[in-house]
Amino acid sequence: MATRKIHTPLTEEEVRKLKAGDTVYLSGTIYTGRDAAHQRIIAALDRGEPLPFEIRNSVIYYVGPSPAKPGQVIGSAGPTTSGRMDDLTVPLLERGLRGMIGKGTRSQKVVEAMKKHCSVYFAAIGGAGALIANAITKAEGVAYEDLGPEAVTMLEVEDFPMIVVIDCEGTNLYETERKKYAKMDGDLLE
Amino acid sequence: MRLMDVKVIIDAVEKMCIQANIQLGMDVVKALKESIEKENSPIGREIMEKLLRNAEIAVEQDMPICQDTGMAVFFIEVGQEIQFTGGNLTEAINEGVRRGYREGYLRKSVVLDPLQRKNSGDNTPAIIHYDIVPGNQIKIIFAPKGFGSENMSAIKMLNPSDGEKGVLAFVEETVFKAGPNPCPPIVVGVGIGGTMEKAALLAKRALTREIGSSNENEYYQALEKKLLQKVNNLGIGPQGLGGNTTALAVHVEAFPTHIAGLPVAVNINCHAARHVEVTL
Repeated sequence: MATRKIHTPLTEEEVRKLKAGDTVYLSGTIYTGRDAAHQRIIAALDRGEPLPFEIRNSVIYYVGPSPAKPGQVIGSAGPTTSGRMDDLTVPLLERGLRGMIGKGTRSQKVVEAMKKHCSVYFAAIGGAGALIANAITKAEGVAYEDLGPEAVTMLEVEDFPMIVVIDCEGTNLYETERKKYAKMDGDLLE
Repeated sequence: MRLMDVKVIIDAVEKMCIQANIQLGMDVVKALKESIEKENSPIGREIMEKLLRNAEIAVEQDMPICQDTGMAVFFIEVGQEIQFTGGNLTEAINEGVRRGYREGYLRKSVVLDPLQRKNSGDNTPAIIHYDIVPGNQIKIIFAPKGFGSENMSAIKMLNPSDGEKGVLAFVEETVFKAGPNPCPPIVVGVGIGGTMEKAALLAKRALTREIGSSNENEYYQALEKKLLQKVNNLGIGPQGLGGNTTALAVHVEAFPTHIAGLPVAVNINCHAARHVEVTL
C-alpha cells in the first residue's frame, strides 16, 4: 500500500502502477459528472454528438458541490454514491475513461470493463466535503449548466486525496478489508 | 390562546438550516472521538480523524460539512393553545428553508417531480411531520437528510413469530447490503411496530435522538446494544474500508402494532447525523 502522487491526463501506464489500497494525491484537471450529466453524455454519444470534454485519459469525479460563496472557489465537494452511475459507465470506459472518483460499490459489469480497458476507481472520503474543497483550486462550468449542482464542471485540483479501491486488475479493497475485521457467524452472505 | 407571528418560525427555520448543515453536532464529535479510541483499523482511525478535521474546516470556512445538504425534514410538535398569525405555518417553514438554503449557500437538492426531475431551485418543499400536543409552545426538530444514506434504507413486514431474531437479522442484512455506500460510520434508526408508514416514521424520528442516547425502555436499551454489536461485527468500518466502527449508534423506537404484524423499518444516516431542535 504505497503513497503516490499522480497527474492528469492519466495514462494507461500510470494506472497499471496503482494498486488497491494505495493512497493517492491527484493534481491536474478533472471533470464532475453525476446522474443527470451521465444521462446527457450517454444520449450525446448515442446521437453521435460531441462530448463536453475529451474522455480518453480523463478522470470523472462523481460530485454535486454546494454553491460557492463569494470569494470561495467551490462549496463543499465530497463524493456521491458511484453505483448510481454504473449502468451509464461502460460506454465511457470503452472510450478510454481512465479514472473515476466516488464512494461505494461498483457493479461487476463496471469492474470487468475497468479490467478490459484499464481504468481505476478511487474513493474520496464521503462526508468530508469541506476538507476536499480545499484541494480544488479552480472550478469552471463546461456543460449542462441548467442542471445546477449536476452540471459538468472542470476542476483544477492539487493533491486531491483519494484511496485506490478497485485497481485495473479488479482487486477490490472494500472486499479484502471488510473480511479482515468481520466477526460474523457466517450465516450472512459471503 | 397564545398568538404567534409566523415570522418567528421563518427566522428560526432559516437559522436551523444553516446551523445543522455547517456545525457538526457535539454528540457526533464525541461519538467519533470515542470510536477512534476503539477502532482497530489504521485506515478507519485516519478516516475518522479526517471527518473531525472536516468539521473544523466547515466552521472555519463557513461551508457545509457535506455537499449533500439534504432534503429538509422536520418533526414539529405544535402546542394546541397556539394560534398562528400573519400566514400559514407550512408555508412559513418552507419560506425558512428557502431563505436558509439561499443565504447559507446550501445545495438545492430537490426535484419537483420524482419522474420528470426538474430541480425546484430552492430546496422546497420540506418534508414536515406534525404532532399536535398540549401546551402553548412549538418544538421544531430539523434533520436535513442526505440521500447517499437514505437510499440504503429499507422496510419489511415481518411475521409476529419472527420476533426479535427476525428484527436483528433484518437490520444486519440492511446494513450489510448498504456496505460503503451510506458513508459509514453510520447512525441506524430502527422503527418497530405500528403500520408500515408508522414504522418508517419511528425509524426517522429515532435518527433525531442525541447520538448514543438510549431508549427509555430497558428491553429496547438491551436491543439497541445487541444491534450495535451485530452491526459493528460486520467489519464494514469507516467508509467501508474495514474496521469495527460501522455504526456510531443504533437507535430503536417502538409502537403498538396489529396482532398479525411486525413492521420493521431501518433508516440509515451518514456520520454527520444532522439534527437540531428549538422550542419557541
